[in-house]
Amino acid sequence: MKSHKERFSAVEYLLFTAVTAAILCLCVCIGSVHIPLRDTVMIIWNAVYSQIHNWIFGTQLPLPSGATASIILSVRLPRVICVAMTGASLSLSGTVMQGLLKNPLADGSTLGVSSGAALGAVIAIAFGVTFPALPFAGTMVMAILFAFLSLLIILGLAYKLDYSLSTNTIILIGVIFSMFVSSLMSIVITFAADRVQHITFWTMGSLQGRGYTDAVILFGALLVFGTVIFLHAQELNAFAVGEDNARHIGVNVRRVKLVLLIAVSALIGICVSIGGTIGFVGLVTPHMLRMLVGPNHRRLLPASLFGGAVFLMLADLIARILLNPRELNIGIVTSLVGAVVFVLIFYRTRRDR
Amino acid sequence: MMLEVKNLSVRNGEKTILDRISFSVDEGQWLMIVGPNGAGKSTAINAITRGVDHTGEIWFEGEDTERKKPAELARCMGVLMQNHAASYSFSVEEVVALGRYSHSSGFLTQHDDKRKDAVDSALALTGLTEKRRQSILTLSGGELQRTFLAQVFAQDPKLLLLDEPTNHLDLIYQKQVFELISDWLKKPGRAVISVTHDLSLAKAYGTKILLMNHGTIVAYGEAKEVLAPEYLEQVYQMDVYEWMKKMLSQWTETR
Repeated sequence: MKSHKERFSAVEYLLFTAVTAAILCLCVCIGSVHIPLRDTVMIIWNAVYSQIHNWIFGTQLPLPSGATASIILSVRLPRVICVAMTGASLSLSGTVMQGLLKNPLADGSTLGVSSGAALGAVIAIAFGVTFPALPFAGTMVMAILFAFLSLLIILGLAYKLDYSLSTNTIILIGVIFSMFVSSLMSIVITFAADRVQHITFWTMGSLQGRGYTDAVILFGALLVFGTVIFLHAQELNAFAVGEDNARHIGVNVRRVKLVLLIAVSALIGICVSIGGTIGFVGLVTPHMLRMLVGPNHRRLLPASLFGGAVFLMLADLIARILLNPRELNIGIVTSLVGAVVFVLIFYRTRRDR
Repeated sequence: MMLEVKNLSVRNGEKTILDRISFSVDEGQWLMIVGPNGAGKSTAINAITRGVDHTGEIWFEGEDTERKKPAELARCMGVLMQNHAASYSFSVEEVVALGRYSHSSGFLTQHDDKRKDAVDSALALTGLTEKRRQSILTLSGGELQRTFLAQVFAQDPKLLLLDEPTNHLDLIYQKQVFELISDWLKKPGRAVISVTHDLSLAKAYGTKILLMNHGTIVAYGEAKEVLAPEYLEQVYQMDVYEWMKKMLSQWTETR
């Protein structure tokens, strides 16, 4: 019998931050050119220090220079940061969906929300969709819109079929919806092959060549929507016990659900438009962390945030070095792990019944 | 009057599930809603807690519940229904503490100083103090149901709505739950409405009875009047008294 504290303590926050930072440094130093850990840490530290110093005191301290520094600062670091942010966002979205639907198998990839977002992004690129107010963000907005629409369609179908949203219904609808959307996506890509990235980017994801701009966007999204999600930890606990029960204890079920589904759609939409569909991240990490910190969302949400970052950084590392110098798509690694975890959870939930 | 329901109707497409039913409950009363399957008993409870779209008015202590926020409504009335299938290993205490949600919800969580006491006494009342740290996935059906009863006690509503809470439970738990609720009702300013298809339970614990069939009220009032042979025969199409006596005679003979 294990008991957990009500909230995530400061020590736990420190511990998770330290592990995440350590993994980040590790992922930056390993690659086709191996850079010693000490040099990596020094270069990152100097860069961060000079930037902060310049920002506060208006000085012009230079960034570390040289071939090694340039590999780290302009190639690996932005990529690894993007990977960490994507992992954290996807993991958080998975945690939210599993709480809302009271089902440990719910996730952007299993439900087909990520595929929906990818379709939106592909359509935006293929047809040059832009929005007057947001000229550069057409892809992102379309991905978010399609993610939200997908969620509405999937949940609508699921409620029609079976009000309790059983595991079987969710899997069934997720599979059918993903296949349907993927085939639509293939059609669009076939017609606009000159403009849209190859289909494997959209189905298996990759964060190769991502820069600081993407990192800033991902960070901003995580900050805004992550905060929204964190403020609803108690409501998520109520949903995870049962939606009817949540209504009976006084949760504004409709409003909370809408807000959280919008937050999830935004996070998934932005991640997909930057890194393609990276499957199963939101399934694997919340599952593992629930075993570690318990199901209470006041603890599970922060844990998933860090856990998702660590998991995806490690997956990205494997994708980069496994077949060096060739690089695998990151989604291949996460899906390999994810499929196994999916089966494990599926059997566990059936056995418990 | 604590709760007044006026012309409550629920439709699902063409089908009418509840047809303009009206009733009221006053403090200290235990209203039993009885009737065969499909009579609309559970739908009535669902409509009162705004779980299903409806027409008609529901007033609580002279105020229209339509204007109340979900948390306000939860401080007025709590619900216990058949609970099963927990998915995550929350502890008993975590589930019970969720009952305090409506007392502490708000954008910036306002402090709920009664929280600890309310949770502790609800756990003690339902005999779950020993199991407070246990995962709900490891509980038996009866213990899980007592956990949710403790949750609704911690919620501290004025009106308790029960939707066949002991349907799948052993006799021991059925007795426990009903005894606990009748003790809860003894405190002034409280009332209970429960849905059941067990006529004996209704007769034993109810102060008022509402007999329903096909979404309408057949009879409403004191147990003696409502559970009269002619009404029961009309609803159940059989001689209920004869049947009940036959059931009871199984016991008198063996002792």
